[in-house]
Amino acid sequence: MSARVVTITSGKGGVGKTTVTANLGVALAMRGQRVVTIDADIGLRNLDVMLGLENRIVYDLVDVVEGRCRLRQALVRDKRLQELYLLPAAQTRDKSAVRAEDMVRICNELRESFDFLLVDSPAGIEQGFRNAVAPADEVLIVTNPEVAAVRDADRVIGLIEAEGKGPARLIINRLKPELVRRGDMLDTSAVIELLAIDLIGIIPEDEAVIMAANTGRPVAFTDNSPAGRAFHHIARRLMGEEVPFAPLKEPGLLERLFRWMRAEGEE
Amino acid sequence: MKLLDRLLHHQEPPSGEIARERLRLVLAHDRANISPGLLEVLKDEIIAVISRHVPIDPDGVQVTYTEGPRVNRLVADIPLRTERRVRR
Repeated sequence: MSARVVTITSGKGGVGKTTVTANLGVALAMRGQRVVTIDADIGLRNLDVMLGLENRIVYDLVDVVEGRCRLRQALVRDKRLQELYLLPAAQTRDKSAVRAEDMVRICNELRESFDFLLVDSPAGIEQGFRNAVAPADEVLIVTNPEVAAVRDADRVIGLIEAEGKGPARLIINRLKPELVRRGDMLDTSAVIELLAIDLIGIIPEDEAVIMAANTGRPVAFTDNSPAGRAFHHIARRLMGEEVPFAPLKEPGLLERLFRWMRAEGEE
Repeated sequence: MKLLDRLLHHQEPPSGEIARERLRLVLAHDRANISPGLLEVLKDEIIAVISRHVPIDPDGVQVTYTEGPRVNRLVADIPLRTERRVRR
């Protein structure tokens, strides 16, 4: 068995890459997969706090690269799950401490013993992004249904194709079905059509995600939140299962006409 | 009759629709590396060249970039200033 290296990236910052990485790690590990989540955001580490593992870090990625510890020593095991690990980023170093070859070498060394290596990419399209994409077998792009995020996603999709790492698949994060119904948010089909890319999941906006970030216990640990369920759907798709997309209700012509006439009456 | 009024007059589309249209344009320009500013430059130069040979209406000139299924194109729409012949 050799692990698949899946890099999670986005172009724009703040769209939810780290949240997605943490939750996919949890969801895959709950499904019996052996998973390492790797924080490639050197200097701005966050995956550790998302996973609630910030107090257990001894060594980090840069320590491994510079030979201060063995790779295995730097892996932090999540005690809540059988086989979920974190390879933390360095917090006090700068991005130049790691090169693309280092990421490839580290991932190759881990491939033997795991099923999935999830690489959390930094925002942007600089060296950190290139380091995160270098070891990837496949790439997931996270975006929000808004103009700036989709535009940056398009740029990143092009770069990934140029690197020969495509076709990437898309995660639309923080979708608000009510706004879509009102016509005040880009809908899924518009985003897919504009980016010309395959969809792997839609995560609805969900307060549970904020609470999970507060406590360091990702929503995917339970299936009692809409976002948690959505992450499990993506995990199953990553494992090769066909999971139908929950039909996101778009109003039909009649419904729109009806709504419009009703809005008319309210004036 | 507001209903009739709304039927007859164009109504502002919902913001999601505006987002989609803005994105369509931004992505087209990003992908081709042709900025709206470059289109303006092209337009001015086209006006200068064409009007040396043919009388045109410079205010009516439009240069647009469009993405097609097989080929992307620059389209220049140049109205000529010709004598109007009124036909009956």
